[in-house]
Amino acid sequence: MIETINLNRKFGSFTAVDNLNLKIDKAEIFGFLGANGAGKTTTLRMLCGLLTPSSGTITVNGLNVVKNPEAVKRSLGYMSQKFSLYGDLRGIENLQFYTGIYGISWTAAKTNIKSLISQFDLDKYLKLKTSELPMGYKQRLSLVCALVHNPPLVFLDEPTSGVDPKARREFWQVINELAYSGKTVIVSTHFMDEAEYCNRVLIMQAGREEVCGNPLQLKQSHRVATMQQLFLKIAGADNAQS
Amino acid sequence: MPSPKRITAMASKELFHILRDPRTLAIIILMPVLQLIIFGYAMNLEIRRVPLLIDDQARNASSERLINAFSHTPYFQIVPANQRRLEPEELFKERRAQATLCIPVDFGSASQVLLLKIDASDPNSAQLIQSYAQGIIASGFPASLDLRPFILYNPDLKSSFFFVPGLVAMILVMICALLTSISISREKELGTLEQILVSPVSAMEILLGKVLPYIFLGLADALLILGVGMLLFQVPFRGDFLVFLGFTFLYVLCSLCLGLLVSTLAKTQQAAMMMALGITLLPTLLLSGYLFPIPSMPWLLQKLTYIIPARYYLQIIRGIMLKGNSISELYQAGISLGLMSIVMLIVAVKRFKLRLS
Repeated sequence: MIETINLNRKFGSFTAVDNLNLKIDKAEIFGFLGANGAGKTTTLRMLCGLLTPSSGTITVNGLNVVKNPEAVKRSLGYMSQKFSLYGDLRGIENLQFYTGIYGISWTAAKTNIKSLISQFDLDKYLKLKTSELPMGYKQRLSLVCALVHNPPLVFLDEPTSGVDPKARREFWQVINELAYSGKTVIVSTHFMDEAEYCNRVLIMQAGREEVCGNPLQLKQSHRVATMQQLFLKIAGADNAQS
Repeated sequence: MPSPKRITAMASKELFHILRDPRTLAIIILMPVLQLIIFGYAMNLEIRRVPLLIDDQARNASSERLINAFSHTPYFQIVPANQRRLEPEELFKERRAQATLCIPVDFGSASQVLLLKIDASDPNSAQLIQSYAQGIIASGFPASLDLRPFILYNPDLKSSFFFVPGLVAMILVMICALLTSISISREKELGTLEQILVSPVSAMEILLGKVLPYIFLGLADALLILGVGMLLFQVPFRGDFLVFLGFTFLYVLCSLCLGLLVSTLAKTQQAAMMMALGITLLPTLLLSGYLFPIPSMPWLLQKLTYIIPARYYLQIIRGIMLKGNSISELYQAGISLGLMSIVMLIVAVKRFKLRLS
């Protein structure tokens, strides 16, 4: 589904993403893990065409992201790390706006998101102004907005930061269902427990890939009990080297 | 091809923002009304090189001496007369002359009367032209010479005739440029633009969607200022209303495109605001011919006025309101506004980045 070759991104002399080679399969939940500033957001932004790589190539479904931005953008949904819906618009108006800029009809969008709205218990909140929603519901609405056009590919940049544990669990349940229905979900997080929900994770540090693989296998091969321990072990090793 | 559906989505979202933000509404409604009231005092300014057409029917020594006196001052510039005799009205409407001096056939012998017709669609200039002419006559000609001024379009030389059209031009460009540039830079600042940029929407669709609601607001604002101006200051409206609306549409469009251009340069709302005010307020005030007549400016500044949209609009609005101009006398100014809009829109679309940096 997604492949990158020698992906690099520099901001001035700072290297945000350093030689990343990825292969993400269809219907996979792929997690990017790392501390703040490890390069997760920069990588996600490059994968969905928001940022141009300094060097290297990205292909999504066989299409080069830099050369065919429009075709690639049609096939993806993206939820930014920062809450970026319009606070002065009602929930329903936000949904209709995103439906409109994807050029699809509201009737089609409604069938795409109907079950999600009831699952998220969003019905009664759609009439409120978005700025008045509780944090957890803002996040849910953001996710629904990213899915109005039923994209096969979903990017979620730290979707659960600032959300209480119960809501986080529910959020991950939905992510699981998205993958189950055949969507590829790429998610970044700094909650190590969330890594357990992913099919594969990639731990990033200073823009580089440290380890990549299935969480269970990674824990076994590094002889640790939790992802938290694995992360600290890798971070520690890296600190000791430098 | 820009998709109407996506443009409509952008435009209706923008309309929600405008209608729900009391600050934007205040800028649109209160600012013009306040400015109009505050500007309620007259301004007195010096002018030079007034284009003057002399209709010499006498062609004798006395008339020659008179013409010489007029052509040897910095105040007047004699417009060469055509074969075809033009009526002053026509000359004024086409802006070829700002005053005409009629010397009767029997001047110098039987008659000592001269007729000076003045275009007073800019009343300050008209007043000055009158006193310059009287000054020239008073020095060096017998006191019996009788110059009779005849003032067109604004016989009472009311300054409101002058500042109301000027304010429409100034307030429109300011508000339109300010609101569009702020609305785009606000989305950059809040991060909401990022969410738009991951969608397949194109730069043209984003910008057209942003501009669309403001076209209607700009036109509504023009009518508001005009209405208040006519009500409070008794400014006449002699031309055709639909012609006015058509040309005002072009001017609003041009001002909005200017705002789009600013938004591609400014990263924050504050920067956009400073830039939008900077390139509209003073240049419009000083270089459009609003306060200072363009012919009395130095060469370089005169050339610079060609890129000030208000220069064209002022010609249009003074022409329609005071002189009752029709399309045939104003189409050149209209074409200039249209071309400027197209160029600025193209540059803005090219400069608008669909990616983050």
